[in-house]
Amino acid sequence: MSQSPSNIGHHAPSITAHPLFVPRRFFRLASALTTSFYALMVEYRVEIILWGIATSLPLIMMGVWSEAAGTGEFTLDRVGMIRYFLAVFIVRQFTVVWVIHDFEWHVVSGRLTPFLIAPLDPWWRFFFIHVAEQLCRLPIVILLLAGSLLLFPEALWGDGETHGLWTPSWDRVALAAVATYLGFILRWWMQYAMAMGAFWLERVSSAHDLLFLPYLFLSGMVFPLGELSNRLPESATLLGMTIPIGSLVYELTMLTPFPYMLWFPAILISTEGDAALGGVSIPRAFATLVIWIGLMIALQRFLWRLGTKHYSAMGA
Amino acid sequence: MDRRGGVVSLPDMPAVIAENLTKHYRVADKKPGLLGTAAHFFKRRYKTVEAVKGVSLAVEPGEIVGFLGPNGAGKTTTLKMLSGLMEPTAGRCEVLGMRPFDRRPSLLAQITLVMGQKQQLMWDLPAADSLRINAAVYDLTRRDADARIDELAAMLGLTDELTRPVRKLSLGQRMKVELVAALLHRPKVLFLDEPTLGLDINAQTAVRDFLRTYNADQGAAMLLTSHYMADITALCKRVILIHEGRIIHDGSLDALLDRFAPFREVALEFDPAEPAPPRERLERFGEVESAEGHAAKVLIGRDSLASAVGAIMAELAVADLTIHDPPIETVINRAFDEGKGQA
Repeated sequence: MSQSPSNIGHHAPSITAHPLFVPRRFFRLASALTTSFYALMVEYRVEIILWGIATSLPLIMMGVWSEAAGTGEFTLDRVGMIRYFLAVFIVRQFTVVWVIHDFEWHVVSGRLTPFLIAPLDPWWRFFFIHVAEQLCRLPIVILLLAGSLLLFPEALWGDGETHGLWTPSWDRVALAAVATYLGFILRWWMQYAMAMGAFWLERVSSAHDLLFLPYLFLSGMVFPLGELSNRLPESATLLGMTIPIGSLVYELTMLTPFPYMLWFPAILISTEGDAALGGVSIPRAFATLVIWIGLMIALQRFLWRLGTKHYSAMGA
Repeated sequence: MDRRGGVVSLPDMPAVIAENLTKHYRVADKKPGLLGTAAHFFKRRYKTVEAVKGVSLAVEPGEIVGFLGPNGAGKTTTLKMLSGLMEPTAGRCEVLGMRPFDRRPSLLAQITLVMGQKQQLMWDLPAADSLRINAAVYDLTRRDADARIDELAAMLGLTDELTRPVRKLSLGQRMKVELVAALLHRPKVLFLDEPTLGLDINAQTAVRDFLRTYNADQGAAMLLTSHYMADITALCKRVILIHEGRIIHDGSLDALLDRFAPFREVALEFDPAEPAPPRERLERFGEVESAEGHAAKVLIGRDSLASAVGAIMAELAVADLTIHDPPIETVINRAFDEGKGQA
C-alpha cells in the first residue's frame, strides 16, 4: 500500500456524467428497454392473453348495466352504458399495473442488487416493462374489442334515435389518450410507492390488495360514477344539520385519485359535452391527475431513500 | 478522459479506501416450533449481528487484492459497503474519491460488482438482449457496445452463447456472459465475490485468465473473494484476511507465508526394502502431517530445516525427499485458527 486510509478525501477526481434527460440518451434508453422487454413479453404471450381476458370485467359489467339502463332510471341510457363500459375496457387495458409484484420479487430474491449498482434508477426498468407489455397486449385488446362490437353493434352504429354513429371528436380522443396515459402513470407511481414497502415487509403485495378495493369501486370500473350522486339519498339530517349526501360523496370521490385512472378518460371517449363529468371540469380533472402524480412521485422518492438504507439488512 | 463513462484521473490516490468500516444489522431471532412461531407472531425478537468491525484497507489502481475469510467472516458485507449497496454503521469508505452509498451515476459508471451467486441477465432471453440494455444504461453507442461485446466475448471464448436463452447456458457459460455484462462499461474498480463459485476447472481457468488480461489491459483495481486458493495464487500478489469482521492480515502472499507458515513441508519416501520408520521417530524432526506406509510429510521450521534434513538423511533409509512450501489452504487455515484465538 502506498497510501494509508487516512488520506481519504484527498485528490477528489473530476468526473463528468451525462445527465439522464439528454433527449438522445432518453430515447436510446427508452428504445433499448422497450424492445428488450417486448422480446421478454412475447416469450410470455400465453400469459398475456390470459391477462387480457382476466381484465375483461368491464365487458361483463357492460352486459349487466346495459340491461339495467333499459329501465331509464340511470344517468346513462343503454347505448351510453355500452359505450361507457367499452371505453372503460380500452382504458383499463392501458392502465394495468403489476409493479408491486415485480418489485417485491426483485427485493425478496435479491435481484434488485444489480440494478442498484448501475447508473440508472431502477424505476426505468420497472416502468418500461409495463410499456412493453402494453404493446404486446395491443392485438389481444383489438380482438376482444372487435368481439364486443359484434355482440353489441349498437355501441358503434347507435340506436337510430338518441344516438348516431359513435364518432368522438379528435380533440376529445386526444384528451382521452392523454388522460389515459396520465391515469396509467398515476396508477403506476401509486403502486410503485406502495411497493417500497417491500423493503420492510416480505409480502407487500398483500397489503396492496387493500388498495384494490377503493380502486375497484371509485375508479368507475363497476359503475359509472355519475350514479354516486344519482343513487344515493340527496340529503340527510344529522344533529340538526342537513347534509347533501349524494353530492358530498361525489365531491369526496373526485378528490381521490381513483376516478382519474378509468372513469375520467372513459367519459371523455364515450360521451359528448361535459354533462357526464358531473361538475368536474376537464382542466380540474387534469390538474388533479398531475397533483396526485406529483404526490406519489414525492412519496416514492422519500420511501426509496429510507428503503435502500434498510435493504442493507435484507441480504442485498 | 473517457468520453462516455465519465472519467477519472486519480493521481496518487488509492482506488478504494476504507477506514474503520463497521456494519451492524438486526436480524429476526425466531425459535423453532409452534410456540416459537406464536411468540414470533405477537412479539418479534431481534438480535444484532456485528458483521464487520472496523475494517481499514486500501486498494491501488491496477492492483488485484485477494480478500479471504471463512463463511460469515464479513467479506461480502464489506464488498457491499464498498460498492454502495449498504451504508456503513460507522467508519467511512471512498471509491474513486466518492462515497459509494451516495450512488452517484458518475461513480456507478466506473465500478462493478460481480456476485457468483447472483445474476443480472434476463433468464428467458438471450444474453444479447440484456447486453443491449446494459449498453444503453452505460450510454454506449451501438457501435461501441458491439465492439466491446466482441472483444470481451473473444477473451472469454464465447461464440453463439450470447444468442442462446440464458436458461439454456451451463453455469460456466452463464458466468462468462455475466462477466461480459458486468464489464461492458470498462469499470475501473471491480468487486468480485466468488466469481468462480461452482465452475469446473476449465471454466475457472478461463475466468482467471480473463480477469488477469482485463486487469493488464484496463489497469483496473480488483478486490476478489474466493474459496478457491488457485484463484488467489494465480491473480493476487496481495491478500487481506478477514475473520469475524476483523482484518487479521494485510500484505503480500509471501509475507502471509512467512507469518503463518514459518515452516516447509518435507515429503519423504522411504526405501521399500526396509521397514517404514514409526511415526514417533519422525516426530523428532518436526510436526508429522501424514505418515502412511513408506510415505510421510513432515512440517519443519525454516530455521532448523538444513540440520533436520541432514539428520533425516543420516538416520533414515530415504529413497526420495522433496521440500516445498505448504499448500496455501493450510496456511490460510492456520491464519484463521490464530485469528480465532485472538478474537
